[in-house]
Amino acid sequence: MPETSPSLQEIQDKLGPKVLEISQFRGDDIVVLDPMDLRESFRILKEDSRLRFDFLSDITAVDYWKKKEPRFELVYQLLCLQSGKRLRVRVPVSEENAAIESLTPLWRGANFLEREIWDLFGIKFIDHPDLRRILLFDEFKGHPLRKDYPINQQQHRVPERKVEGTFVDERSHNKLLRLKKTLGSKD
Amino acid sequence: MSVPETRDGANLPTEIMELQMGPSHPATHGTIKFNLKLEGEKVLDCDVEVGYLHRGFAKSCENVTWTQVIPYTDRLNYASPLINNVGYALAVEKLIGVETPPRCQYIRVIVSELSRIFDHLTCCGMCCSELGAITVGFYMIEAREMITRIVEALTGARLTVTYVRVGGVKHDLPVDFAERVERTFKIIRKLLEDCDGLLSRNRIFIDRMSNIGVISRETAISYSLTGPILRATGVNYDVRKTNPYLVYDQLDFTVPLGTKGDNYDRFVCRIQEIEQSMKIVEQALKNLPVGPVWIEDPRFVLPEKEKVYNSIEGLMHHFKIIMEGIKVPPGETYFAVEGGNGELGFYLVSDGAGRPYRVRVRPPCFLAMGAFHEMIKGYMIADIVPTFGMVNMIGGECDR
Repeated sequence: MPETSPSLQEIQDKLGPKVLEISQFRGDDIVVLDPMDLRESFRILKEDSRLRFDFLSDITAVDYWKKKEPRFELVYQLLCLQSGKRLRVRVPVSEENAAIESLTPLWRGANFLEREIWDLFGIKFIDHPDLRRILLFDEFKGHPLRKDYPINQQQHRVPERKVEGTFVDERSHNKLLRLKKTLGSKD
Repeated sequence: MSVPETRDGANLPTEIMELQMGPSHPATHGTIKFNLKLEGEKVLDCDVEVGYLHRGFAKSCENVTWTQVIPYTDRLNYASPLINNVGYALAVEKLIGVETPPRCQYIRVIVSELSRIFDHLTCCGMCCSELGAITVGFYMIEAREMITRIVEALTGARLTVTYVRVGGVKHDLPVDFAERVERTFKIIRKLLEDCDGLLSRNRIFIDRMSNIGVISRETAISYSLTGPILRATGVNYDVRKTNPYLVYDQLDFTVPLGTKGDNYDRFVCRIQEIEQSMKIVEQALKNLPVGPVWIEDPRFVLPEKEKVYNSIEGLMHHFKIIMEGIKVPPGETYFAVEGGNGELGFYLVSDGAGRPYRVRVRPPCFLAMGAFHEMIKGYMIADIVPTFGMVNMIGGECDR
């Protein structure tokens, strides 16, 4: 491990045993955190008067299928708005129990980011207010950014959804029925 | 069912109406759907559905070489493709651990700022024309067209530019570039002055923009908003200033800030940023150093054609780069640039092979759409149009 910067040392002191590893790469500060009590660790990172990583830049995940154990790793990019200091937090998540505490109570912007990770990686977030798919449609099978999802995988066709309370224009509807009758269509 | 009281005391029964606005609606340039809950014309709640333009950017990137990702980045934020190019190239260079020569850095600054002007002109012009100020829309599109011509002269393409490479830029600036830019900026300044005359005392425009779509400073930070939306609330966060990259720390420019965080502040921030960007381009062109625009490293840069045809080493390097892709050392990095809409970050993971292991884009307008319900709650349904216009959602970037 290369020599650590003062802020990394401070994080190590504040979070204690929650820190699994600290390192630096290409000038980036990286902390690997224990997934247990994750929100509490982030609360310290956010609210501690010396650290003040008050801005959540990004959350994403990486799938290290057959490369690393545990399989997934969540990656949080934090920023201190005052000093412009950045911190990358990596959290390992195993495949069998792919669930982790949501950060939405701390940063509301985490809502969309976590929904995206659920959608594309299939990692669940505990206490998330609204964990639905976001980029893909509800009927989508699988999670496409997992490495075992083939790039040429096709999805089944989705039948037309009946939306409750949808406005139907009677005239065009009747016209359609008449047309179908004249053309002899079955449905 | 709630029963609001009218002005003369009579109770009118109203029902909460659910309305789906989009995904194909003239005001939602870009396919996006709003599931609205309305009480009369007032928006009670808004659930934003994104993803109609999802085309698997990240998955595609994992299956091509590092260089082949660059054309994909053009199609992220198609209002500022050059910034995406620059951001991606800088992220890969950070992962490799190289720095490009000064002339290349200056050129990258110039193209980024030209792109920013393009982006802001599109955003502001479209928003104005949606509010009925068609003239302003045309003026700004005219100004934008001139930027497009410069970009075309430089890169050969109007929109899908693919100009920046890992380790340099495609080629040097054309001979008459500086004069062209100078001429264009003169016209753009005149056009913006005209727009200012048409808008800044225009009652209709101000009534529809001012105090609409307000978001507080704390909420904006909590929702991870960046760019003009965050700066309109008064938070001084611009990646070019807080984490300077390229040569931004050597250039003199200010970051325009708003106070209220409403649509009008966002608009003014953008218009003032256009002026600042023009200032940056002028300074960069004045200080443009002489020298190469590529790093000298055959592992990452294609050799000149002369060498390819006349020497065995040149041919081998060419073959290796084309067939296997450049080899990026294993590791991971995050690099953010200031895009048109805010912090545009690239998180890259390499396993040492010729292809990226993971490419993640931090899309600023995806996060802005996550906060859209906060901006529109309590306002009228007609206010969605300017608010959405000022968020500047770009489908290609939001949905990737």
